[in-house]
Amino acid sequence: MTQDERSTPTDSTSEHTPSTGAHMPALERSVVGSVGVALMGAGLRSARPLQKLVLGTVGAGLAAMAATGRNPIATALKIRQGAGGEVLVGDAVTIGRPAAELYALWRPLENLPQLMTHLERVEVLSETRSRWTVKAPTGEVSWEAEITADEPGRRLAWQSLPGAAVENHGEVLFRPAPGNRGTEVVVRLAYRPPAGTAGAIVARLTGEEPAQQLRDDLMRFKREQEVGHAPTTEGQTSGRAAKGGEA
Amino acid sequence: MKAIVWQGTNKIGVETVPDPTLLLPTDAIIKITSTAICGSDLHLLDGVIPSMEKGDILGHEFMGEVVEVGREVKKLKVGDRVVVPFNIACGVCDPCRRGLFSACDNSNPNHRMAEALYGGTSGGGLFGYSHMYGGYAGGQAQYVRVPFADIGPHKIESDLSDEQVLFLTDIFPTGYQAAEQCGIIPGRDVVAVFGAGPVGQFAARSAQLLGAAHVIVIDRVPERLAMAEAAGCQTINYEQDDVLVALREATGGRGPDHVIDAVGMEAHGHGPGALVDTAKQRLRLSFDRITALRWALLSCAKGGTVSLPGVYGGLIDKVPMGAAFAKGLTFKMGQTHTQRYVAPLLARIEARQIDPSFVITHRASLDEAPDLYKTFRDKHDGCIKVVLNPWA
Repeated sequence: MTQDERSTPTDSTSEHTPSTGAHMPALERSVVGSVGVALMGAGLRSARPLQKLVLGTVGAGLAAMAATGRNPIATALKIRQGAGGEVLVGDAVTIGRPAAELYALWRPLENLPQLMTHLERVEVLSETRSRWTVKAPTGEVSWEAEITADEPGRRLAWQSLPGAAVENHGEVLFRPAPGNRGTEVVVRLAYRPPAGTAGAIVARLTGEEPAQQLRDDLMRFKREQEVGHAPTTEGQTSGRAAKGGEA
Repeated sequence: MKAIVWQGTNKIGVETVPDPTLLLPTDAIIKITSTAICGSDLHLLDGVIPSMEKGDILGHEFMGEVVEVGREVKKLKVGDRVVVPFNIACGVCDPCRRGLFSACDNSNPNHRMAEALYGGTSGGGLFGYSHMYGGYAGGQAQYVRVPFADIGPHKIESDLSDEQVLFLTDIFPTGYQAAEQCGIIPGRDVVAVFGAGPVGQFAARSAQLLGAAHVIVIDRVPERLAMAEAAGCQTINYEQDDVLVALREATGGRGPDHVIDAVGMEAHGHGPGALVDTAKQRLRLSFDRITALRWALLSCAKGGTVSLPGVYGGLIDKVPMGAAFAKGLTFKMGQTHTQRYVAPLLARIEARQIDPSFVITHRASLDEAPDLYKTFRDKHDGCIKVVLNPWA
């Protein structure tokens, strides 16, 4: 990723590069196109009419996706992508606590795994540099990142350093909510999924995906700060427990 | 302990399940002395509320005695006699601080499920009412775990009987909120209530308490209409009369100033609209049958309020929006913010302004409950409201 493509926001009022819908990178287009053509061929050779129809239709669909560079599945799943092909994720929550207090919980980056459960650990290397590790289906994935903006009580921004396994950048904003309602915590992330748009779709469909994880993390953070714990029904009694199943 | 368990659509049974335990330091355990079957439980029996799971313990109208409290519970102690609102609220989030307890941000552990259906926002948890609303075990049982025990439960310190205070947990506040949100001008406004089930009965009597000049109740079941008449309401049997014509006649052509739809998503009714609703619901294309809502919008007077205590679950169509717009109607709706009403309505009961036990027609044990769900749904045997004694 070149400096130009990073589209790192420069101040707290900036927005992400407008979403362009799902735009497939060139490598992904050629892979998807080849698979599509292969399926169409298999469909044409098939003796069974149903198989002919299904393989032919799916194959033609993939080929069309590759030809246009647009992924309608990603679009339908509302996977937002930036002009550079990176996946954009953003969410927000209002928490009944002062901004300075919430910022103070985020700034020591080594505490972040407590707020974001999919983070394995964050090691602070210097004032601005840190090493991030997440759990992945293939094991652990690590990268180094640097803080690109730090406005105490207002905003924190970071980006991964060149060579990261998962290129990413993002920011957290802490905005006072109108009417004494506390703080609006806004998180914006941009990352390149290891397997391109297809990887983002698979992650979305299996529920293991940053947009979902971010939502859960923000709600858990809000509940910790407002109530002191997350509500639960885990371990409660039910008719399932009586039959030896899970409660 | 014994509990009423959802075993599938139209399958409700009595099972022996493990006793509940404290899961968080803000929990309490209540030994239930009285519990009721609510009209909204019938939507669960009928299988039209999504995200029920086999083995779920039902029930959200219950009261009893505190037998155990978590270490962070400050207001309750063992031995207290309490009524427990059916909704679970944290008491500290922005909606709770505004008194919108049923919209609590923090009490629903399955927020993700509701957010997917309702546009990125979820309501608070409910006892015994589907996983979308938190999946909390309900109170048609001998014991129940009550989360956020300092927020919901309200101590009963007078010598009022269970039957006089039990309905503070749901149907009385629900009917009262429905009437209150109409903004009735005392001595002037006419209020029509669709549905003379328990919530409709309390909505009608609450409208009277709030000074309505005249209350009209619409239903088709003779004993429900008789109960409303006993409170001094005019009644209309929609199977014998054309509702819209009868309401115009009863109001000098103006229509009722406010209309309360105490029926909700499983309305009966006639005509092509009702047939389409039923067919779509059977095909799972729609969750809701909305005859009562259509009548409410079509009958309401200019500038009136349509108040919806009846539960709606999914997407609806063929809503007479043009009529609502032309008349400048206001819509008020939502789950009851029960916690807001328990104390003031208890004061009304203590002042003998109302005795909520009037609505009870059936008393039974837990073992008899599965049959009574069906008696209640089919409106057999004059059944209007069932109260269960878990220890009978």
